[in-house]
Amino acid sequence: MSRAVFAILLAAVAGVACANEAAPTLSDPVVAKREVELASQLRCLVCQNQSIAESHAGLAVDLRNQLHEQIVAGKTDAEIVDYMTARYGDFVMYKPPFKPTTVLLWLGPALLLVIGVFVATRMVRARRAVASSVLTDQDHARAESLLAGAGKDARQP
Amino acid sequence: MKRKLFFLIPLVAFVALAAFLLRGLWLNPREVPSPLIGKPAPPFERPKLAAPGENLTNKDMLGQVWVLNVWASWCAPCREEHPVWNEFARKKQVPLVGLNYKDQDESASRWLRDLGNPYTVSIADRDGRVGIDFGVYGVPETFVIDRTGVIRFKHIGAMTSTVLQQKIVPLLQELGRS
Repeated sequence: MSRAVFAILLAAVAGVACANEAAPTLSDPVVAKREVELASQLRCLVCQNQSIAESHAGLAVDLRNQLHEQIVAGKTDAEIVDYMTARYGDFVMYKPPFKPTTVLLWLGPALLLVIGVFVATRMVRARRAVASSVLTDQDHARAESLLAGAGKDARQP
Repeated sequence: MKRKLFFLIPLVAFVALAAFLLRGLWLNPREVPSPLIGKPAPPFERPKLAAPGENLTNKDMLGQVWVLNVWASWCAPCREEHPVWNEFARKKQVPLVGLNYKDQDESASRWLRDLGNPYTVSIADRDGRVGIDFGVYGVPETFVIDRTGVIRFKHIGAMTSTVLQQKIVPLLQELGRS
């Protein structure tokens, strides 16, 4: 019981904590721009559906400070992203890297599209083959005999 | 006969998808696998909570298997897991180092006085830098580190006696033997 109440309280607090968009750290515009760009590509692990640019969680603030320091120290974007993934894993990147474990994630939709196009083409071809099949003389003769014989009997009262 | 089975493909695909989604219901999205497992623990040097003049570094812990527990007096689940650590400490199996994460020394010391101190030593990470190096994102977190300083296990969230008994204790025994 107390655990449930606690969980609800915690959820409420978390909601408040994540609610306001965080102010970027003030600095010169070039650094600030890179900082915001990088921060919006990185996931905040506390408020998982927010980037560290948006999140107001303590960790996001700390990580933004880290970004700032590293940009000022002259690190490249790739180096900074490496710093983050070395600690928090690929999950911190909103855009996952292309590697063996993510092949299905990246190519899955394209693969489904190819399969879909293949199946659709085959179905359309099959249907067209039925529609355009030409009747032979034999078929005509059989049809006529059917219409002449069986048809008459059926129509007579 | 063969053609008839093709109609089952959408059904099979649906069942497979449903199975994945069902599995997803029971996964905890907060448990993000750490890239640090199997890697050397990041170097650190932080003052001891009980003796702020003295520092503890990662090198001090080399040569022994130890447990690092990240805690803070402001962290409610830490309070929840605290009895588990008190119990663990009584057995004196391996050193239990507390990383007091983004806390105030006074509150932290009071917390330990009130609830008991299971830690062999606690170090104060006031700015949370060591926490970031360890990839901490949800306090409490627990790491098992081997003799060579390599992280072997990580648990996110409050430690339970089940996890301790089923995962950590056997791992400590295994690491202690080798």
